[in-house]
Formats: sequence, C-alpha cells, structure tokens
Amino acid sequence: MKLEEEVVRRQRARARIMALLLAAFVVLIFFITIAKTRMNW
Amino acid sequence: MPAIELTNPAALPADWRDLLALTKPRVMSLVVFTGLCGLLVAPVMPPLVLGFTAILCIALGAGACGALNQWYEADIDAKMRRTAGRPLPAGRMDRQSALHFGVGLSFFSVILMGLATNWLAAALLAASILFYVLIYTVWLKPRTTQNIVIGGAAGAFPPLIGWVAATGHMSALPLLLFAIIFLWTPPHFWALSLFVRSDYAAAGIPMLPVVAGAQSTRRQIFLYSLPMAAAAVAPWLLGLTGAIYGGCAAVLSFVFVVLAARVLANRATEPAGMAPEKKLFAYSVFYLFALFAVLVADRWLGA
Repeated sequence: MKLEEEVVRRQRARARIMALLLAAFVVLIFFITIAKTRMNW
Repeated sequence: MPAIELTNPAALPADWRDLLALTKPRVMSLVVFTGLCGLLVAPVMPPLVLGFTAILCIALGAGACGALNQWYEADIDAKMRRTAGRPLPAGRMDRQSALHFGVGLSFFSVILMGLATNWLAAALLAASILFYVLIYTVWLKPRTTQNIVIGGAAGAFPPLIGWVAATGHMSALPLLLFAIIFLWTPPHFWALSLFVRSDYAAAGIPMLPVVAGAQSTRRQIFLYSLPMAAAAVAPWLLGLTGAIYGGCAAVLSFVFVVLAARVLANRATEPAGMAPEKKLFAYSVFYLFALFAVLVADRWLGA
C-alpha cells in the first residue's frame, strides 16, 4: 500500500471515530446536567 | 505527495484499533466489573446517567493506566512472547502518541468523574492512576519481588471508587472489598508468573518465581490465599452482607484455598507440568467475578 493512501485512510477512520465520541460526549454532558439539576431541586 | 512505499508503520498516524489495544480492554473488563459492583452495593443509588459516567470514568482511568504502562514498558514488552505483539513493541505506533493518549485519558477521566459525581471519587481515581503508573510500573515492578503485592493496591481501588461515587464517603464494606482484591492479586499473578517465568526472566523483571524460585512462590501463593479467604467472608461475619454472600463466599474461597494447596504440592519446574498453577490462575479470575456478582445479588435480593 502507498504511504499517502494509508495516511489518509487512518486519518479518516480516526476523524470518524473522534466525531462519534464527541457527539456521545455532548449527549452525556447534557444528561449529566439534567441529572445534577434535578438533584439540586 | 509522491507515492512512497510503506516501510515504517510507526511513522503513520496510529490506527484506532492500536489505540484501543493500548487500553488493555481485557484487564479493563475486570476493573469495570468490580467498580460497578462497588457502586451497586452502595446504600444509595445515584441517577442512572451519573452511575454510568462513574463507571465510564473508572474504565477510562484503567485504559489510561494500560496506555501509560505500555508506553513505559515498550522495551520490556518487546522481550516477552506474551507482549511482543502489542502496538509499541510491534512498531505499529510511536511512543509519544501512547504517552499523549495515556496522559490525556487520565486527565479526562479524573475531571469528568469530579464534575459528574464528587471530587473524593475523582481524587481516588487520580490516586489509583498515579499509584499504578508511578509506584507500581516505574518504581516497584523493575526493582522488587514484592512488586505485585504493593502494586496490587492499584487494582483494588475500583470498588472503592464506585462506592464513593455513589455515596460521597467511605465506609467499612468498600474498604473490605479493597482488601479482598489487594490480597487476591498476589496469588493470581504469581500463579501466572510461575508458568510464564521464562518470559519475565528474559525481560529482567524480578517476579518472585524468577528471584526466589518456584517452591517459595508456591508457598507464598498458599499463604496469601488464607487471609484472602478470611477477607472474603469478613463482610458476612461483620454483618455487612447477608447469608447469600456469606455462603457463596465461603464455598468459593474454600475452592480457591484447595487449588492453592494443590499448587503448593506441585513440584514441576517446566510450564508443561504446571496444570495446578494454570487451573488456579483461571479459577482466580472466575473467583473474583463470582464473588462480586454474589455480593450484588445479596444486596439486591436480600434488600
């Protein structure tokens, strides 16, 4: 396999996973905020 | 960009599978399970999302420990058959990426734990990461045969962290759970190190079988199994758990001690003759899973 092809393939795979993890993190923070707010009611 | 043939995989961006492998997912499963049990046996249940976040942080902290351990021990891992295929010794990733990944994961897990649950749980998580990386990996492991005895404390933190994440304070039961894993670790790892002794010897790690010999290690395994069994039934004897846990803990621990006695009676010096050691190692993993599962069952069925 050519070097640049492998670099692009790995960068794309990592970017996709990072996007998914960031989205999951945003959702998690949202629900943590809701839970913490309810606990303080 | 010119078309260059791929010759040095470590010069490429790390593959996500190798980043995942750095976290030692198999080791993480036991850590997550014991942390979850610590949380589930606590007298108060946090909201589901906070409980989930606490376990996620314990898992990420354990992953950070795995990554930093592999970063520090890449040279040693390359000398052992069991670990030579890991991303760093196999040359699939550069060491700096592993270091950044491990440090980043450590900070992320501790800060998220503090924000989501409480800062005592976060401090315990930070302490367990620092203990595993600095006290065990860097200081004890390459220097003393007692590496696994003291270093075992790092693996004993998760149920304590799970409990504190739920309650915000410590008490007798989570400290006993800490003691059980602390006392379980030496017989578990020494059983393994008996039949992979040549690997540790080749890497220059002063594991007990390498320095003190097989028979001394077998004696230590048996001796440690006794206080471990006592610690396992102590929560029941002290009235902290019910009879379901007490009965199961007594039976499971009795079998552990019997298998340790068989290891003590074995005189084999080659791995081929070490069936009792392999059996004890496999049982020790089952033992810890079963003991903690029964603890949770006792708490929820007995409540």
